[in-house]
Amino acid sequence: MLVLGRKINQSIQIGDDIEIKIISIEGEQVKIGIHAPKSIDIHRKEIYLDIQKENDEAAQMPENFLELLFQNKQDS
Amino acid sequence: MQVETKYAGEIVVEENQIIHFPHGLPGFQEEHRFLLMDLPDGGLFYVLQSVETTGLAFVVAIPYSIKKDYSVDLDDATQEILQIEKPEDVAIYGIVTVKDPFSKSTINLKAPLIINIKERLGKQQILNTDEYATKTPIMEGDA
Repeated sequence: MLVLGRKINQSIQIGDDIEIKIISIEGEQVKIGIHAPKSIDIHRKEIYLDIQKENDEAAQMPENFLELLFQNKQDS
Repeated sequence: MQVETKYAGEIVVEENQIIHFPHGLPGFQEEHRFLLMDLPDGGLFYVLQSVETTGLAFVVAIPYSIKKDYSVDLDDATQEILQIEKPEDVAIYGIVTVKDPFSKSTINLKAPLIINIKERLGKQQILNTDEYATKTPIMEGDA
């Protein structure tokens, strides 16, 4: 991992069209501004990981899910 | 073309039935082509089947059938990527995490699937809100 020191209002340029700027620092909280093409999705890491985990779990569907669904319909 | 599916065996589909996910799904970035399939007696539930990977299929549902006041704010980037011109072109699904018994299943309303049905383009959009959970119970969505 590349580690760079930056001050408020300084930026990092990634490739031709991504800019990451340090907007403010308050205690442990850092505000970051990001300029990037619309085609690039930007998410807080923990939320992205959460979605990934949920997709993984959803993909591990019980083999008998059709039966489960059918049973559910009969019960309701 | 023929597609081998997880739950319905081999089926024949037209190329224009395939929905393209240019960026895949989080955790499945390499999966770009899916089929949306009806289930026999599926009711509110459908299956999103990967065209390339037989073993990869998701149960999905229309969120409004579970949470009536569900709303999604489509950002400009999503509209652009999916080439959305009119609201009528958009279909929204939530991925269901199936549990045994089925009534304990949950639906992911935090990251819905946005599909342009006209252009057959799809994306899982992670919503910028804490209002909806990744694990919303399917049975008490309106509670």
